[in-house]
Amino acid sequence: MAESLAKHSKVDKIIKSYSCEKSALIAILQEIENSCGYLPAWALRHVSKKLNVPMIQVYGVASFYDAFHLTPRGKHLIRVCLGTACYLRGSARILEALENELGIKDRETTPDLEFSLQSVRCLGACALAPVMVVGERYFDKMTPTKVHSVLKRVQSKNEKN
Amino acid sequence: MKKIRTPQELEALRNSLLQGINLNKPCVRVCLGTGCRARGSLDVAKAFRNEIKKQGLEIQVETKQTGCHGFCERGPVVVIAPKEIFYQRVKPRDVPEVVSKTLLNGEVVDRLLYINPATGQKALYEYEVPFYKKQTRLVLANNGRIDPTDILDYIAIDGYQALSKAITIMSCEEIIDIVEKSGLRGLGGGGFPTGRKWRLCREAAGDIKFVIGNGDEGDPGAFSDRSLMEGNPHSILEGMIIGAYAIGANQGYLYVRAEYPLALKHLQIAIDQARKYGFLGKNIFNSRFDFNIKINQGGGAFVCGESSALVASIEGKMGEPRAKYVHTVERGLWNKPTNLNNVKTWANVPLIINNGADWYTKIGTEKSKGTGIFSLVGKVNNTGLVEIPMGTPLRQIIYDIGGGILGGKKFKAVQTGGPSGGCIPAKLLDLPVDFEKLTEAGSMMGSGGMIVIDENTCMVDVARYFLDFLQNESCGKCVPCREGVKRMLEIITDITAGRGKEEDLELLQELAETVKDFSLCGLGKTAPNTVLSTLRYFRDEYEAHVRDKKCPAGVCKDLIEYFILEDKCTGCGACLKLCPQQAIDAYGLIHTIDPAKCIRCGICRDACPFEAIIVK
Repeated sequence: MAESLAKHSKVDKIIKSYSCEKSALIAILQEIENSCGYLPAWALRHVSKKLNVPMIQVYGVASFYDAFHLTPRGKHLIRVCLGTACYLRGSARILEALENELGIKDRETTPDLEFSLQSVRCLGACALAPVMVVGERYFDKMTPTKVHSVLKRVQSKNEKN
Repeated sequence: MKKIRTPQELEALRNSLLQGINLNKPCVRVCLGTGCRARGSLDVAKAFRNEIKKQGLEIQVETKQTGCHGFCERGPVVVIAPKEIFYQRVKPRDVPEVVSKTLLNGEVVDRLLYINPATGQKALYEYEVPFYKKQTRLVLANNGRIDPTDILDYIAIDGYQALSKAITIMSCEEIIDIVEKSGLRGLGGGGFPTGRKWRLCREAAGDIKFVIGNGDEGDPGAFSDRSLMEGNPHSILEGMIIGAYAIGANQGYLYVRAEYPLALKHLQIAIDQARKYGFLGKNIFNSRFDFNIKINQGGGAFVCGESSALVASIEGKMGEPRAKYVHTVERGLWNKPTNLNNVKTWANVPLIINNGADWYTKIGTEKSKGTGIFSLVGKVNNTGLVEIPMGTPLRQIIYDIGGGILGGKKFKAVQTGGPSGGCIPAKLLDLPVDFEKLTEAGSMMGSGGMIVIDENTCMVDVARYFLDFLQNESCGKCVPCREGVKRMLEIITDITAGRGKEEDLELLQELAETVKDFSLCGLGKTAPNTVLSTLRYFRDEYEAHVRDKKCPAGVCKDLIEYFILEDKCTGCGACLKLCPQQAIDAYGLIHTIDPAKCIRCGICRDACPFEAIIVK
């Protein structure tokens, strides 16, 4: 109960910082996404109530934009660029190798919540194509062969911490 | 801080800044644009600061963190003033040497210079590098020179002079006249005359009006808006303030992709500083004009590049476009007259006000004035950001600036305009690049992506790639786009998978034309462009897929097989160890691939040191 109250008050604070403004719906959801890592259903319901915006509209916005996620995401976010430059230099093969290696599909999260895999359209780092990003770290000129060693490196660093 | 209220005060501030600048003082400019940053330029900048401190040179030497220099291929890029020595691929471990040799003794560190691959000559300065030599940098001119987080840097290079001139000397009519005469056109893709748009918005009924800067660059393979927002945010703000003054708007919005955190940060800093100095806020330059700018983060929807969808998104709704019986200049944001321009268009405005319409019309072609900014990417040697006068032939961009095709392969096509654009074949290599010529060739200017395609790229797959993107990004509101693009994708996927039928090509053409004619917004209307242009120029490739069930470029997985050449295979086992499917058998020394097990991932080909693995 106490935990749920704390959660709600966090969301309340975000909503209040936008003076309960209906037009700030996207900005509010962005802040909730940043703070929770995704948009939990209870938070959407809460936003709907507080802003007096129908749930269908809140859900519509939350599911319309790529920046929002409705399920929890893993500790490490792996982004594979499928922008045109990366695609031409073979990034679809990188994504496939990651899918095989992690046993999940694009936009899914491993059951242990370690990794989330997400393809993105252009990171603007086309000179590094094909590029993948783990957290904030860029890995340039990727090949399917390198995928395994990059994942190993992330995992071993993880264990050390 | 006292606000700047008169042109004299601005001039005095500028003069005092210029007096304080010692032109002979060495200055290290490190590129912190996204490309260089990803290659570790933050560490390089840190190493410079540490080394300069260590050697006690903080007073003698200045360091500056700049935006994108453009030559991403050779990043991290460092330029040393006053001589403007150009170093590329700089690593933190090179820094102590650069400090003691170049900064202290004026000597050049040879190995960090750019070598022209064609001549073998080293380039000492930026302007000697062929990549820069053929460019005309107007909008991007100061990207690599100023610290984007310091308004004083911008003021020192004549920043906000155009605003001062516009508000204190010119009337709103005069401003719109000069922009109209300059021939500036919307650089977000449409190419609508900017001056005319401003006039329509100014003349639209209503007291409350808005201006919007569109920085929601969603085209895959385009990063020019981003580099400008990161590297010279004040130039965008200055243009917007001038535009708002001329139109009669008091509130502006910058709509920027959430995926561009650095651009968002630099724009916010710039807005705060501009407010501090009085360029935003109340009574700008002692006039009765008040103006503020707010940043809105885009949620990562390509369709929000469309004006009415973007407006919906700022209002906090789903980014769905509406039919434009009434244009946004008359009824846009909250149903008020709204003028929307791309950030690059806004950044051109101060240049035009400062230098005049005549100066601007001298650059470019008859109907397309000024410069075009392109992200030159794909199978090209020099990936980077390129600014050229409109009308520059493709050949010059790809070969002289871009350094030709990666790995010496054959050039096949260039794709411009992102998902809304089309593919231009090799036979049109001498096409001058401007709004009209690109449209005639079946493509468009778009937001400035220029993707070079070589012989190893399958054009049917390229068309499939863009349809897949558009099918995901279609908002789903109108049927032609929602269903049409989906059906086109299904047909083309069938073709790439070897299930294509002869009549599919006609059906595809018909469907493409229907989607083009009947979709609600720009996304749908332009969605079939890649299909139509590839059908027009590369029909033979489609036919090879459909009739012979072959992919001539060796890309479409269902139509290719990997083979090991007996005479080249040495039996080293490199491929065997890495194959995730255990599809490689070794009989003695000669290896073979079992096509039933092979998933055509290509790992074996990457691994083979003897180029013994080929695709058929």
